[in-house]
Amino acid sequence: MARRIKIPATKYPVERFTLDNGLRVVLAPDRSAPVVGVAVVYDVGIRSEPEGRTGFAHLFEHLMFQGSENLEKLAHFRHVQGAGGTFNGSTHLDYTDYFETLPSGALERALFLEADRMRGPRLTEENLRNQVDVVKEEIRVNVLNRPYGGFPWLTLPPVMFDTFPNAHDGYGSFADLESATVADAAEFFERYYACGNAVLSVAGDLDVAEATEMIKRHFGDVPARPAPARPDFDEPDLTSERRESYTDRLAPLPAVASAWRVPNPIDDFTGYLPFVVLAEVLTDGDASRLVERLVLRDRTVTSLGGYLGFMGEPFEVRDPTAALLQFHLPPGGDVDKVLRTADEELERLATDGLTAAELGRVQARMATHLLRDTDAVLGRALRIAVLEEQRGEPELINDLPRLIGEVTTEQVRAAAATLTPQRRASIEVIPGGGK
Amino acid sequence: MSDTKRTLPALLPAAPIKLPNESERRLTNGLTVIAIRRPAVPLVEVRLRMPFAKANLARGAMLGQTLFSGTAELSTVEIAAELQSVGGGLSASVDPDRLMISGNSLAAGLTRILEILGEVLDGAAYPSDEVSTERDRLVDHIQVAKSQPAHLAREALLQRLYGRHPYAVQTPEPEQVRAVRPAQLRALHAERVHPAGATLVLVGDFQPKRALDTAEAVLGSWNGGGKDVTLPAAPQPEPGPVLLVDRPDSVQSSLRMALPAVPRTHPDHAALQLANLVFGGYFSSRWVENIREDKGYTYGPHSVIDHSAAGSVVLLSAEVATDVTGPALLETVYELGRMATLPPGEEELEQARQYILGTLMLGVSTQGGIAALATTYAGAGLRLDFLSEYTEQLRTATRDDVAAAAAKYLAPSGAVTVILGDASKIEAPVATLREVELE
Repeated sequence: MARRIKIPATKYPVERFTLDNGLRVVLAPDRSAPVVGVAVVYDVGIRSEPEGRTGFAHLFEHLMFQGSENLEKLAHFRHVQGAGGTFNGSTHLDYTDYFETLPSGALERALFLEADRMRGPRLTEENLRNQVDVVKEEIRVNVLNRPYGGFPWLTLPPVMFDTFPNAHDGYGSFADLESATVADAAEFFERYYACGNAVLSVAGDLDVAEATEMIKRHFGDVPARPAPARPDFDEPDLTSERRESYTDRLAPLPAVASAWRVPNPIDDFTGYLPFVVLAEVLTDGDASRLVERLVLRDRTVTSLGGYLGFMGEPFEVRDPTAALLQFHLPPGGDVDKVLRTADEELERLATDGLTAAELGRVQARMATHLLRDTDAVLGRALRIAVLEEQRGEPELINDLPRLIGEVTTEQVRAAAATLTPQRRASIEVIPGGGK
Repeated sequence: MSDTKRTLPALLPAAPIKLPNESERRLTNGLTVIAIRRPAVPLVEVRLRMPFAKANLARGAMLGQTLFSGTAELSTVEIAAELQSVGGGLSASVDPDRLMISGNSLAAGLTRILEILGEVLDGAAYPSDEVSTERDRLVDHIQVAKSQPAHLAREALLQRLYGRHPYAVQTPEPEQVRAVRPAQLRALHAERVHPAGATLVLVGDFQPKRALDTAEAVLGSWNGGGKDVTLPAAPQPEPGPVLLVDRPDSVQSSLRMALPAVPRTHPDHAALQLANLVFGGYFSSRWVENIREDKGYTYGPHSVIDHSAAGSVVLLSAEVATDVTGPALLETVYELGRMATLPPGEEELEQARQYILGTLMLGVSTQGGIAALATTYAGAGLRLDFLSEYTEQLRTATRDDVAAAAAKYLAPSGAVTVILGDASKIEAPVATLREVELE
């Protein structure tokens, strides 16, 4: 057996400070390329949207691009792209992000644009109706007009969870989207888009003193508003198995996904990390436990995946969350058999454990993925912003590969032992079509 | 709200694109190795591009699927485990031009990942059991692809565009895949998996000379030879009636159009690139601002110049709500027509120019981005320094150049159009604008 490879680490300097108005700021300078990533993260996501307003957090994200105090509609896009940059935003369970990647000479422009919409977007009836239409097309592309749309990120939470925040459809029903009003949007902004509820981050080619000055200049007079109290979304763990199914009229082949609750990712990070590693031991590549057994040996599964969190972001999610496994089956595949075999493999892992070599190679591969994510300035900006928002620990960005590498075989074994059928929620896709 | 208008901060002058240094060595077996240092993270990116034109479609696809399924010494699982032990992974993909192996590992694993790559290139065994497993998986995969509107629309467009050229069909039929035998894969490998004409691109945290030495030591004995196969030039788009492909109950229509284009090295290319951007090549383009931000017909329309070895085309894609399929086509034709008949505005041209110059720089700011660009360029016989030439052309293209390129290439009369959707609902509205042919 070859000597175990050393897991390397990055050494990005991480600076943090808070403006008088409560806005938290994180900077990660790295001058190896003349580009910067800018991110603003608000501590509001799908779980916070009101009943009767499914999809509202995401619809509101679209409205944040429709003009603001000093900017007409379309101006944001044109100013970023006309500076040689790219932009986007995305809505998650526990946060919403807005971001740009630009040549570093455009940093101040990006800060201006973000500060302007933090002071207040232009919420008009015309823009709202236009973006409801755009969001409906987005949902059609990603969910309604394709096979396996929303599987399992939209279809499994309602099986596992009982309360509205955790169980509802985060993309939203067309009825809810169509009934959204400008007043709803104004209220949502007022409540959640407070600068005390936001984090600004900049990564890449910046001088800390200069960037700090610019940030004060543009964000310093954003009115102070405190963060709203964040509700506890926790629910009791499952005490008996849950399983549901639905027919997907476009899907040609069966599929199934299962989820198990895992420790609180924020309060119990040490207890949580072994599950992040376990998911990779089970599913990362041809040498993983479940691929070897189900795909290569038994041939009962065509492809599979395993990950933490319904949106697959282990370090950007709060409690309650889950470890997920998903399987695509061949024609006529037997879902029960696949779930039974996965149980067998989990039991084997829980009973016999794994060798240091098996764990070591999985940890090495995870380190590569983590380091690769941070090579792009935007990957760094987003990660430090969310780490600050949810944990107050942006410097964790440098520690994650090492912390992953410190997870022990015993911890992985113990984690596997908790993924029992009694605690499992599953959703099965019954193929309804596809010639 | 404040009563004084705030002013948008000026941009600081952009740094000129700093190209990473490429070190290159041609090994005696014919393999070209390019090593590029970017030490920002302790990783290496690996790309091996081999010409693969005219390879049998089903066998080629299966070769990509089973290249890592074992050698005389190592099983599928052992190959994957060995790669993982240096934080590595490799995978193969095939298109009508090339076979590509892509992957990465921790920087300290460079030698090992190349060793495993070398073992597979020399000794991929295509064991019967593994081939049989992967055959079934590929068939399932194709079946799923055929239920996806984007795939079906692309298939129809390629057929319409390329007729009898090898680009016309890029996905094998399930029965063709089922007929593939291990001996055929070994034969295809023996015939086509060779260093002649192949390029290995390495990017990452290493000293380029040492990376080249390592590549030479490990892959220098990879068996030479192989035949040089090139494709005939792809036909130019031949406009005709709109091809309507029925997908009953589809809640959206997949609109696809192809227009003529030129390769990267053609004198019109930079101007056409700018014209395409102004039309629909980025968010702040006329087409996106019209059919998304003004009319709400669609979520993510886009227009790109697609380069293949045997030809280039402009490809337009939009998924539009079924009940606005006619109006969306109308606006698309209108915007193309406006591009082709009127010069772009000064400001919108400058905006597009700054966008592409900036995003080219963003593209070479990561190991993965550099590896992708260097490999793509190498496939076209170019090196990264072509980027300097290209940016200079983008910088100097005039409004007249862009207007001329738009008139020549983006005229809607030159478009091949395919729409996949619910024919019972969209045929009549589309037929009011264009002659329609049902597939």
